[in-house]
Amino acid sequence: MTTRITVTVNGEEHTAEVEPRTLLVHFLRDQLGLTGTHWGCDTSNCGVCTVTLDGTPVKSCTVLAVMAHNHSVGTVEGLERDGKLDPVQQGFVECHGLQCGFCTPGMMLTARWLLDNNPDPSETEIREAISGQSCRCTGYENIVRSVQWAARQEVTR
Amino acid sequence: MTTVDKPSMGFGRMHRKEDARFIRGRGTYVDDVRLPGMLHGAVLRSPFAHARIVSIDTRAAEAHPKVKAVITGKTLEGLKLAWMPTLSYDTQAVLATDKVRFQGQEVAFVVAEDKYSARDALELIDVEYEPLPAVVDARRALDPDAPVIRDDKENQNGNHIFDWTAGDKAATDAAFARAEVVVKQDVLYPRVHPAPLETCGALADFDKVTGKLTMWCNTQAPHAHRTVYALVAGLPEHKIRVISPDIGGGFGNKVPIYPGYVCAIVGSIVTGKPVKWMEDRSENLMSTGFARDYHMSGEVAATRDGKITAVRVKVIADHGAFNGTAQPTKYPAGFFHVFTGSYDLEAAHCEVTGVYTNKAPGGVAYACSFRITEAAYLIERLVDVLAFDLGMDPAQLRMKNLLRAEQFPYSSPTGWEYDSGDYPRALQLALDMVGYDEIRREQAAVRERWAAGDRSGTLPGVGISFFTEAVGAGPRKHMDILGLGMADGAELRVHPTGKAVLRISVQSQGQGHETTYAQIVAHELGIPPDDIEVVHGDTDQTPFGLGTYGSRSTPVSGAATAVVARKVRERARLVASAMLEVSADDLEWDGAGRWVVRGSTEQGRTIQEIALAAHSSLELPDGVEGHLDATTVYNPPNLTFPFGAYVCVVDVDPGTGQVKVRRFVAVDDCGVRINPTIVEGQVHGGLADGIGMALMQLIAFDEDGNCLGASFMDYLLPTSVECPSWELGETVTPSPHHPIGAKGVGESATVGSPAAVVNAVVDALKPYGVRHADMPLTPAQVWRVIQGSPLRTDLAIT
Repeated sequence: MTTRITVTVNGEEHTAEVEPRTLLVHFLRDQLGLTGTHWGCDTSNCGVCTVTLDGTPVKSCTVLAVMAHNHSVGTVEGLERDGKLDPVQQGFVECHGLQCGFCTPGMMLTARWLLDNNPDPSETEIREAISGQSCRCTGYENIVRSVQWAARQEVTR
Repeated sequence: MTTVDKPSMGFGRMHRKEDARFIRGRGTYVDDVRLPGMLHGAVLRSPFAHARIVSIDTRAAEAHPKVKAVITGKTLEGLKLAWMPTLSYDTQAVLATDKVRFQGQEVAFVVAEDKYSARDALELIDVEYEPLPAVVDARRALDPDAPVIRDDKENQNGNHIFDWTAGDKAATDAAFARAEVVVKQDVLYPRVHPAPLETCGALADFDKVTGKLTMWCNTQAPHAHRTVYALVAGLPEHKIRVISPDIGGGFGNKVPIYPGYVCAIVGSIVTGKPVKWMEDRSENLMSTGFARDYHMSGEVAATRDGKITAVRVKVIADHGAFNGTAQPTKYPAGFFHVFTGSYDLEAAHCEVTGVYTNKAPGGVAYACSFRITEAAYLIERLVDVLAFDLGMDPAQLRMKNLLRAEQFPYSSPTGWEYDSGDYPRALQLALDMVGYDEIRREQAAVRERWAAGDRSGTLPGVGISFFTEAVGAGPRKHMDILGLGMADGAELRVHPTGKAVLRISVQSQGQGHETTYAQIVAHELGIPPDDIEVVHGDTDQTPFGLGTYGSRSTPVSGAATAVVARKVRERARLVASAMLEVSADDLEWDGAGRWVVRGSTEQGRTIQEIALAAHSSLELPDGVEGHLDATTVYNPPNLTFPFGAYVCVVDVDPGTGQVKVRRFVAVDDCGVRINPTIVEGQVHGGLADGIGMALMQLIAFDEDGNCLGASFMDYLLPTSVECPSWELGETVTPSPHHPIGAKGVGESATVGSPAAVVNAVVDALKPYGVRHADMPLTPAQVWRVIQGSPLRTDLAIT
């Protein structure tokens, strides 16, 4: 049994047949081939599957694909616009905000959401924003600096 | 903020080359690989820690419309694959045939058209078990009435695996006999799990026509895996290609060969299709390489004024149901015998006994540098216990006992030769950075108020840890895994236009090899890093070597890279001599990419010019082959010995048991830093590990062997709010035997940091008379410690 859903992903509309139990993360990865969104734990703890749903970060391992029907999803593949990196992406490069790269897409999407809603966050606000997402490589230090770098770029722009 | 030396021609800060794909979501992790016709595998696992298998009925699963194959131990027995060798010369069940020996053990494997159907079919397999009593606590494994776990092995009567000793027992006992002071402490390093965010997985693709197996797998040791597959499956080694793509963290979890990998291979052979198997998080935490589980009993002999003379240690090592630890064969307890740490001792001795329990196999993982985490934690805890008993300041006690710079190279009482170090300088820098005296004054004021009866607020604590690491295995003479010597190859080819390709045996799991190894070549040859492609993680494309773990990449493959680049440089010299029509002896390297005529530096040729000439019709001297390339195999003469001084400041709330890490200062000396930004990043990650292990991470079990840490809801990882902003310092003491003076650093902080955190918490609780407390120091554990129960006697306690 499948259900037809229409989801806008990174501004592009996709219509597909899915099993009702299909997780959004699997829909994005397996049906749309958007493998930049990762999977890590099944219990909403690690956050490597973080995407935005109508602009708000969600953990796509605990959202059913059918729940995204007629909604808008943002993934890491949509951060770069017209060949121009998002300041958050550039910040992660500048400040060595990633090592293995597995948590990075989710971290960047949360960072993007944070700066959209709070252009000049304090270090504590940045740490709180990403506290639902794990990183095993960076000890979070350079992720925080990456977000700060992006914030500075955007403020001065 | 990180600054960048632009554009680097060698060592220094530069952006990572690999970031371009990762920030766009364009990395290729094993689960991102899709092959036409690919099927999906799932593993049925044991719900019991110890049980006899009475029967397995797979008929209903086989009848599932989307199931292509169901494989059991019986299937594998027919292929002689039901058991496989471990990396410690033991055997491990691929799929259980007789008994299950830990909860989560592999029992059957389903191959289906999609992963959801594969999981559905697992539910349709009916296994009848006859439960048996389980051995959960390693300290009871050798009891005469303990159930025998490995009754599959001939002559295995109990649960004993090995006894291993190091050091001079007689000299140590003599030092203890005449000691003015002896302190003793039982210390548990509990079972933890590396928990990389990407779980383990593989995609096996067996081509029946060519007989070639292509194995995509997130392994840290692709070449070693290929050899083991050849030995286990009887496939010819040249027909096996292991591709280790981008890896989402490893930390030692991805060194062993897991049953799921073998099942994926069998599944592909049986179905004729590529078969992917990715474990889920619970499978990862319950069945793959855990870390530690060392029950240690340590003693320190000292003079009354605090000079440590000897250390004596006994360990019960819990290896789980199969001895699958991955470490050099000669050393069943890994490098634990570096437990004398950074101190100048007369004598030391350790006895380690390895035992089987009904728990997942493993033990050597999680950035442990082959058990140095356990060793460093033990000695740093013991030094603080000694300070407590003597009423001495722990910083002063350490200063008094640290090896001095003039003692290097230093031969340790347990047989190591430390290559280089200046320990007091590093400790003093850390103390200065943290403002040690000022924090002690603040603490004294709080304690005074506390003693006067005002017990509001938190108690500050300061913890110090000084560690010495031993990383970069081999030398191959002493170190092998399954008979494979721990030496690594490198190949470097400079193309006609002066662009180079470096092929190395080690595999990155986030360490940034594509950047740092290009920097090494740039440093040696003057070719910009952007003109150097680093190829790794594919056995068809790279020279043989043992892989990335134990912080061995830079000490071994980094050295191989420098050596192979120097070989190319020497070849270039001969070509340049032909180009310039001068004797090669009259040429000198200008350190920036040119061979120049001595005394006439405007006369010279760049490496790029030489590369083109080497591929041209230029007549070359006799014996000089054309082209510009070289290969090497680097066999390290010794390990490298990075070290560091860490100071942690905590605030402990005795009312709630909550620990807040206020500050963490880490001074690391890893010799010459190729890319300081990457080094600092590695240290940051390891420091977070220390917070995790000291305060929250624990794979606990109940008395029946049920795993209580099987999800991230139970096995807690540190987040951004538990971690402080790390304060890093550095000293540089080059390794005298490494070609570029570098030492490994990937695991330094994981090794050094847990003791600093625990020492800080114990120090905070001094007003309660607390002398020791077992990790992890969760609020509940801190509460128990305050109530007078510092040891974790019950493995179920969380």
